[in-house]
Amino acid sequence: MKNKHELIEKNVGLFFIFTILAISIGGLVEITPLFFQTAMNKPVDNLKPYTALQMEGRDIYIRDGCHVCHSQMIRPLRAETERYGHYSVAGEHVWEHPFLWGSKRTGPDLARVGGRYSDAWHIAHLYDPRSVVPESNMPAFKWLSENKLDGELTGKKLEIFNKLTEHRSHKDAQGNPIPLYTTEEIAGAKSAVKGKTEMEALVAYLQSLGHALK
Amino acid sequence: MSSFWSIWITVLTLGTLVGCFLILRWCMKNFAGVEEGASMGHSFDGIEELNNPLPGWWSKFFLVTIVWAFGYLLLYPGLGNWEGLLGWKSSNQGILSLAESKAQVSESKETGVLVQYDREIAAANAKYNPLFEAYAARSIEDLATDKAALKIGQRLFLQNCSQCHGSDAGGATGFPSLIDKAWLYGGTPEAIKATIMHGRKAKGMMAWAPALGGEQGVEEVAAYVLSLSNRKVDAELAKAGQTKFALCMACHGTDGTGSLAMGIAVGAPDLTDKIWLYGGSQRNVEESIRNGRAGVMPAWKDILGKEKVHVISAYVYSLSQH
Repeated sequence: MKNKHELIEKNVGLFFIFTILAISIGGLVEITPLFFQTAMNKPVDNLKPYTALQMEGRDIYIRDGCHVCHSQMIRPLRAETERYGHYSVAGEHVWEHPFLWGSKRTGPDLARVGGRYSDAWHIAHLYDPRSVVPESNMPAFKWLSENKLDGELTGKKLEIFNKLTEHRSHKDAQGNPIPLYTTEEIAGAKSAVKGKTEMEALVAYLQSLGHALK
Repeated sequence: MSSFWSIWITVLTLGTLVGCFLILRWCMKNFAGVEEGASMGHSFDGIEELNNPLPGWWSKFFLVTIVWAFGYLLLYPGLGNWEGLLGWKSSNQGILSLAESKAQVSESKETGVLVQYDREIAAANAKYNPLFEAYAARSIEDLATDKAALKIGQRLFLQNCSQCHGSDAGGATGFPSLIDKAWLYGGTPEAIKATIMHGRKAKGMMAWAPALGGEQGVEEVAAYVLSLSNRKVDAELAKAGQTKFALCMACHGTDGTGSLAMGIAVGAPDLTDKIWLYGGSQRNVEESIRNGRAGVMPAWKDILGKEKVHVISAYVYSLSQH
């Protein structure tokens, strides 16, 4: 065959393999090495695991799609840090599964929203955003105050996070990893959240965001 | 980064560039075994594929991008541990605490590493710090008459405070208005600044229904409280409520004028004015008594820094000086 290009033009399987090879290079260069870099796997000094209630709040944050309109990623640009605080760093997010960085900001960034507003404000705002911010276009999440948590799966979630963060947890003086949750915390997770409203859980989660970099 | 991964990245990146160049060079040659401009043998519906060369301008641009890539990788950190001739980076990503962040900033200043974000901040500080320092040296009363300072104060207020207190600072249910003359923790410049700097946590009004003997007690006290601002109420209820109001005096004062009038900072509002933090309808007042209330103002010192708080304080102070 004189025209070698014909080989891939007329052979879908081969063309597919070459295509996969070509498009995987970017990932192999930019993503793969990150998994093995200590600088990107080390938690910041003050990183604390979510409490059982905050963990449930995080799941509500995911369920109701908060991350669709709110990012949790402050970029190193003055226009952002003036508004939101110190730019986000890798060590603040090493225990996040999945990451909730988001990719769109219809609403403001929430990476450091914890402590900026009172609990009462969050409750008023989630129940009826326009009662406190008249120009807001955020939907109202009224059901959060009605739905109650049963805590059936909370302990299990904490256990899973222990597993997921095994290699990225804090280390004790001897260099042994400290699991995020003790067995008592896992056992007590259900009673810690049972009967609490989803509103309480979500507000607890929001108030916990962004304190790790101290 | 370990040298393995550094080499991994370098080899793959440079290999891709070289590969692109080789494929381009190959495609620029006529390798099809067909004369240039002649048919490749594919034809459908009268449309025929001819063996035309790659457009010259396109191939040249491709070559330029390859050369550009080598230049870029020489100047900027793209190849593993190679830091680039410019010594440029966007930010200090690996830090584990704010102290480390600060240390990194001064370290890169000394070693001449060009951190984009630090440079941006340094330029802004050079421009704005003298302004805020000059403001910080002046009293809040004085700043409250300075139009330029108030404009900055208003911007900062809209950015950070309006979510609770409203764009016009008129407040919302549960969030105090800052344009009237009623204050929970004081309206002096010092008190305003202290409130913004360190935040306030109301001692918290407990749920009084049980202690007042249930709904009847709540209604009575509500009637008395409403009578304090000359509202029309059932006189008998109010009279019964007056006796029970003894329980409220520790925070709201014997005459109901609030904790500030007694000089204590627990955040209990004046009940004799016509200003209602949680709504002034009979139902609202009963609700407050029944279930209690507790307002929280966050502390802003660490978020904004004391210079900016000083300017916001002047703006807030100016709002009630009419």
